[in-house]
Amino acid sequence: MRADETTADPDEGLARRLKALACTAPLHDLDARKSKLDWADATVYQMAEIGLHTIDQVTIAMDFDTGADHHQVAHRLLPFVAAQAPDRTTDEHTRVARWVLDNLINVGTTDRGFRRVYGAVDADGRYRRRAFDFKLLVELAAPDGEVYLRATDEAINVLVGALDTDVESAHIAAEVKLENLITRGRLADAKLAAEQARYRTVQYGEILRARLDATRRDVRSVDWERELPELLDSALTHIESRFRAETAILKNITAARDEAEDPDHKRRAAELVDIVGDCIRRHTQLQNRLQAAGAVFRAEQDRQQFSGPPQRAAIDVFGQLLTPTLDLPLSGALAPVEAYFRAGAGTSVPSVPALPSLVSLLLRPAPEREHVVGEVPDPELQPAEDTDAFTDEQWRQADALLDLPEVPRRLSGLLEEARAADPAVARLVALRAVYAYGPEVGGALRQAQRAVLLAVDDGTRLDDPEIGGADLLLMSALVDGDADDGGEPDGPGDDSPGADGADGVDAARDGTDVEREPGLFDDSDAIEEAAL
Amino acid sequence: MSTGHASADAEAAARLLAFGMRPKLVPGRDVVYADLVRRYGEDSAFKQLTHSVAAGLGLMVLEVNAQAGAVLAATDESVFEIKMDSYARQSKIRERRDTEKVLHGLIHLATAALGYPRPDDLANDTYIGRVSVEQVDGVVREACRILDERAATNTDPLADAPELEQAWRAYARRPAAAATKDGRLAPDTTRGMVTRALRFLAEQGFLVPVSSEQGGTYRTTPRYQVQVRELAADAAFDELLALGVVSVPGEGSTLRASATDTL
Repeated sequence: MRADETTADPDEGLARRLKALACTAPLHDLDARKSKLDWADATVYQMAEIGLHTIDQVTIAMDFDTGADHHQVAHRLLPFVAAQAPDRTTDEHTRVARWVLDNLINVGTTDRGFRRVYGAVDADGRYRRRAFDFKLLVELAAPDGEVYLRATDEAINVLVGALDTDVESAHIAAEVKLENLITRGRLADAKLAAEQARYRTVQYGEILRARLDATRRDVRSVDWERELPELLDSALTHIESRFRAETAILKNITAARDEAEDPDHKRRAAELVDIVGDCIRRHTQLQNRLQAAGAVFRAEQDRQQFSGPPQRAAIDVFGQLLTPTLDLPLSGALAPVEAYFRAGAGTSVPSVPALPSLVSLLLRPAPEREHVVGEVPDPELQPAEDTDAFTDEQWRQADALLDLPEVPRRLSGLLEEARAADPAVARLVALRAVYAYGPEVGGALRQAQRAVLLAVDDGTRLDDPEIGGADLLLMSALVDGDADDGGEPDGPGDDSPGADGADGVDAARDGTDVEREPGLFDDSDAIEEAAL
Repeated sequence: MSTGHASADAEAAARLLAFGMRPKLVPGRDVVYADLVRRYGEDSAFKQLTHSVAAGLGLMVLEVNAQAGAVLAATDESVFEIKMDSYARQSKIRERRDTEKVLHGLIHLATAALGYPRPDDLANDTYIGRVSVEQVDGVVREACRILDERAATNTDPLADAPELEQAWRAYARRPAAAATKDGRLAPDTTRGMVTRALRFLAEQGFLVPVSSEQGGTYRTTPRYQVQVRELAADAAFDELLALGVVSVPGEGSTLRASATDTL
């Protein structure tokens, strides 16, 4: 008996802390996996930060009915992602934002959630491993069929960092703190407190939303005699006091904003005004819902309660079938649902294969696409004479030219030398030079290649009759596979004299994009012609 | 009694059953069908003959009336039977397959529960219920939430025995909706599964589409009522009785508030 009392409590706390810890795991996981992405060198991004910011954005967008959809959230994330790597392209920023968002939803799994196994000692004193399932962001369908995002309680708790707290008291505490901070003029802290207050407001609204939804669906699931009137009452009192407090705060900071001399102070005060204004808007929304709740209850009660006594005995499908079945373990629930389905699905008429219908089915012409997509042009096909654009000999020659282990060479010189042997080799060399401009070092590392070809643009124009663009500096760089486990992509660049660091390469890339591309296209056209 | 029927009678009985196998056809829209339904009601010998023909085919006649037409059900191992295995998505992993089947079955149960919220609605022949994709998903999720609240102690599933996880947990964990690349509803989400179930039931003549509101709104048909009341509900109830998780009912229903709860 005594042993039970002493072991039960710490274990529960332990389990709760383990669960809280588990909620942060997906965020750590983001950073652990970022180096494995093959579409970008994502190591410069702080993925956990972006993850927290994502949850932030989703939470702020949440209101009673809907929230933000994937696209909006990714769009709002962009400035934050861009700030971490300003020299990368917007495409990459978008991709990073989508990657973080998809991973927080856990796209790709059937349940789109996370699972963490933890151990706990049960009532018999045995150690059992249990699975804790949780989600951070969930997708829900709006009435118009669009899918939008909501942050779960777990996510809000991870974000706010307040696990297992009483919403009401935490809210009051935050408000009091806010007022104090403002009177003492500490606006930076005040902003933090105001933001926390807003999360609390959202969380509070979420609880109420669930209750009201439940009421609309099923009056009985909510205790309308005591619990809900109390809830509505306290919510209204809560709103009333918050209104008063926030209006006072708003007046205070508006004054602070107008009087402030320091532009930084002024900006912070202005942000605070926005946040508190948003809180007030949310309260108004909550109040509207509260007022409508009574009417919903009465209408539902009319519909559900005032009907005659049952006329003949029939089964209560919800209470006697659905609820008990839901409560069964999966293995036990299979028999009842299968019995129900077999009896309730009706009959299917087996299709009878008949020779005439089979023949006509097989002889039926293919569906005519013209009706759907308009006229489909008949392509004139010619067999390709040679599928390879370049012969093995040409590749060998290009290999020999591009093996530059010690001294970097200019593209113009290489082209000249190649053209002397074969004009096609010159084109191949040019193509490979352009390819080497953005070498896939990660891929080379994974495939354990000995060296990669690097191209660097130092601003010199290429003077060539056939190919336009920049006169690249070319050099073979050794791939040092043991450099580090993170797959540092700049590693091989250190050997290259042309690379004064990654920034130089990226800046040059931005500057020459326009010039480079026409050259590339001209050339590849020529290649295609040669191939045909 | 069983011999001496004219072959014309046998043909008429078989034709009545054939009409019953076209679930969307109702007697009100076909004179021959209506005549046969009337004859079934008036001529007890014909009724008997119809039942015999049905039994021979592996069918049960649940009811024949002017609203629903001939409502038939397949007996065990009949060629007309629709098996859960052919309905649920095929999955290679056995536990996963069972989970899918349970989720589909729960959705069908919930559809009936929403279509006929009170026992009275199921018993009243003139009652027509309404269901929508959003509501069906909502009813199950709400039931899951209540069960979650009711579970006082730590009921997180055991990691090494996934088949002992309660059904409501599996349902609650499955996402309601998920965005796909081309903007369609992902089929393995609960709303995708509900949409499928309601379309299937409409195909079987049990529901009639009303509008596309709330992800698709349907009304129930008399045929559905007969099917659920006369057979399906009892079949599931017997299974649950055998498992000892329900008892024979008192009065009132559980989806509705009883008078003492609210007034």
